[in-house]
Amino acid sequence: MAKQPVDYEALLSSIEASFPMVQILDKDGKVVNEDIMPDLSDDELVELMRRMVWSRVLHDRSMALARQGRLGFYAPTMGQEASQLASHFAFKKQDWLYPGYRDVPQLIQHGLSLPKAFLWSRGNVEGNNYPEDLHAIPPQIIIGAQYIQAMGNAVGQKLAGKEDEVTFTYTGDGGSSQGDVYEGMNFAGRYKAPVVFYIQNNGYAISTPREKQSAANTLAQKAAAAGIPGIQVDGMDPLAVYAVSKQARDWAAAGNGPVLIETITSRFGPHSTSGDDPTRYREQESFDYWEQRDPLIRFRNFLTEKGLWSDEVEEELIEKTKEEVKQAAKEADQAPKMKISNFLRSMYNEPGQNILEQIEKYEAKENN
Amino acid sequence: MANLTMIQAITEALDQEMARDEKVLVFGEDVGKNGGVFRATQGLYDKFGEERVNDTPLAESGIGGMAFGLAVQGFRPIMEIQFFGFVFEVMDSIVGQIARQRYRMGGNLNMPVVVRSPFGGGVHTPEMHADSLEGLMAQSPGLKVVIPSNPYDAKGLMTSAIRDEDPVVFLEHMKLYRSFRDEVPEEQYTVPIGKANVAKEGSDVTVVAYGYMVREALKAAEQLEKDNVSVEVIDLRTVSPIDYETVVASVEKTGRMVMVQEAQRQAGVGNTVISEVSQRAILSLEAPVEFVTSPDTVYPFGQVENLWLPSAADITEAINKVVEF
Repeated sequence: MAKQPVDYEALLSSIEASFPMVQILDKDGKVVNEDIMPDLSDDELVELMRRMVWSRVLHDRSMALARQGRLGFYAPTMGQEASQLASHFAFKKQDWLYPGYRDVPQLIQHGLSLPKAFLWSRGNVEGNNYPEDLHAIPPQIIIGAQYIQAMGNAVGQKLAGKEDEVTFTYTGDGGSSQGDVYEGMNFAGRYKAPVVFYIQNNGYAISTPREKQSAANTLAQKAAAAGIPGIQVDGMDPLAVYAVSKQARDWAAAGNGPVLIETITSRFGPHSTSGDDPTRYREQESFDYWEQRDPLIRFRNFLTEKGLWSDEVEEELIEKTKEEVKQAAKEADQAPKMKISNFLRSMYNEPGQNILEQIEKYEAKENN
Repeated sequence: MANLTMIQAITEALDQEMARDEKVLVFGEDVGKNGGVFRATQGLYDKFGEERVNDTPLAESGIGGMAFGLAVQGFRPIMEIQFFGFVFEVMDSIVGQIARQRYRMGGNLNMPVVVRSPFGGGVHTPEMHADSLEGLMAQSPGLKVVIPSNPYDAKGLMTSAIRDEDPVVFLEHMKLYRSFRDEVPEEQYTVPIGKANVAKEGSDVTVVAYGYMVREALKAAEQLEKDNVSVEVIDLRTVSPIDYETVVASVEKTGRMVMVQEAQRQAGVGNTVISEVSQRAILSLEAPVEFVTSPDTVYPFGQVENLWLPSAADITEAINKVVEF
C-alpha cells in the first residue's frame, strides 16, 4: 500500500503540543515557574489580591441581593477571580473593554460605579449612562458579538493613530463556538488590530460541557486558523493570567496585532440566578476538584508566605466591601423613574414622524 | 449638471463626502481596487487609499462588527453588503447591535453607520441576491431605511445618509443602477431622509410606491393619462420613518389609493402605510385600497422572475379597479 500523503496523527499531536498551559503558581500557591514571574511590586501584588477578594465579596453579596429580589439578571463570578481580575490588571485606563455579561467585575474595575452596575442588572438605563472616561460598552448579551465589535474598535484605534491603547474582550468556552469569535479574530489578524481576546473556559456554557463545544483539544488553538498567537493559561493562577495578559497587551500595543488567551477556570456556582441548578449537569467531584484550585487559596498562600497578607487584612477588606455593596444597593434604589417618552427620544438623533407622534402621546399620559 | 446613472450618482455622493469628511470610511467585499461588483466605489480606492476604502475578509457579520466598533471610535463607517440577500449573516450587527446602541446608552451615543446594499428583482441574479428585505429593516426600531428611485434622489439621499447621526440602511435597486440617467448637480446637495416626494401630481387616485416600483407606477400613470385618469404618484424615498403627512394629504385630495411594493404581500412596508392611512384618512377614501405586491412565495427562480414581479400592467389594473369602484 502506498504511503498516505499526510500523517494525521502526527499533525493532531503537533497542534496539541503547540498550546501548553502556562502556570506560575500551583494550586497551593507554590511557585513552579520562577522564570516567567511577572514584574509586580509588593503593593501591586496586594492590590491584585484585594481586587480578587473584593470580587468574591461582590459575588456573595450579589447572590444575597438576588435572593432578596434586589437584583435583576446576575451571572455569578465565584471561581473566576483570577481569570477576570488578573487579566484586567494588565490593561490601562485608556484601553477599551468589550465585556460579556459575566464580566461586570472588570467593568467596575475599569470605572463603572457599583450603583450603576446594579442598575444595569436591574434593567435601568441609568446603569448604561457611562462617564466619558470609561472606555467600555455595556455587557454584551449576544454571545460572541463582542469579538467582532472589539475588532472594529481596535481597527478604529489603529486608524486614529492611538498610541499605547488597545481593546480587550471576553467570551466563554460556549462562546468560542460562535462564528463571530472566528470572524473577530480573523479580521483582527488581517488588520493587525490591537486587541486581546479572552476565552474564559469555565467548563460549561449554561449546562453544556466544554467537550461538547469542539473536538479541538484546546480553545487557544482556534487562534492558529486566524494566524495569531493563542495562549492557554491556568485561569486559577492570578500570576500566570497576569503574565500572559501583560505580554499580550504589550504585543498588541506595539502594533503586532491581536492575541487570543484561553483561561482554564471554573464557575463554582450556577450560570445565573434565574433558576439554574448546576447539580443537574455537574457531578460533585467537579465542584470538589475545582474548589481545591480556588484562585484565592493559592494567592492567599503565596502572599502570606511573603508576609504581604493576613487573615486580619482580609477580614477588614471583606467588611469594608460588604458595606460598600450595601451603600451601592441603597443608592441604586434612588435612581429616577424611567419614562417611555425618554426612550422614544433615545431612539434617534433626528426622529421621524412616528416617534414624534408617540412622544406626544406618551408625554400626555406621563403628565397625567 | 451632468447626466448620470444612479450608480454614478451614488459614487459621486460617496466621493464628495469622503473628500469633505476624513472620518468617512468605505469597506466591504471587493470594494477596493475592483470598485465593488457594480462599480459603486469605482475610483475611491485610488483617490483615498486603502485605509479609507477597504476590502474586508469575506464575512458579513465581521463587516457589521467592524462598523459597530468604528462608529464607537468616532468614525462614519459606510459598510457595503455585496447583495442584500446576504444580510441574514449580519442581522445581529445591524438590527441587534447598531440599531439599538443609542437606545441602550440612553441616547448618549450616536451610531452614524451607513449600510449600503444592492437589491431588487428583474436582473437575473442567482438565488439570495434580489429579495426585497426592506420590511425586516423597517420593522427594526433605531434604523432609518432609504430606497432611492432615481439618480438625483440617490445622490442627495446618500449625502444625507452619510451625514446622518443615526444608522441608515441604504438600499439600491439593481434595475435602477444603469437603466436611465438624470440631470444631477455636480455640487453637493442633500435630499432629506423621512420626506416623501410627489413624483407626479394628479387628482383622481394616489399611487404610493418606492424604489423601482416608482418607475412602473409612473409608466402606468402615463398610460392612464390617455384615458383621462389623473394619477398622483408618491415616492416614499424613505420606508422608515414613513412620511405619512405627504401620503395622507394626497389621499385626502384624491380619495383613492393604490399601494405598490415589489416585496411579497405578507407583513411589510405597504401594509404599514395602508394601516396608517386607514387610521388617519379613512373618511376620505371613496373606494377600498388596492395593494399591488408580488405573491407570498420565496423570491422566484430566475426564469419566472418577470411573471412574479409586479408591473405597470398590474398597477394599471389596480388603479382602474379603485377608480371604477
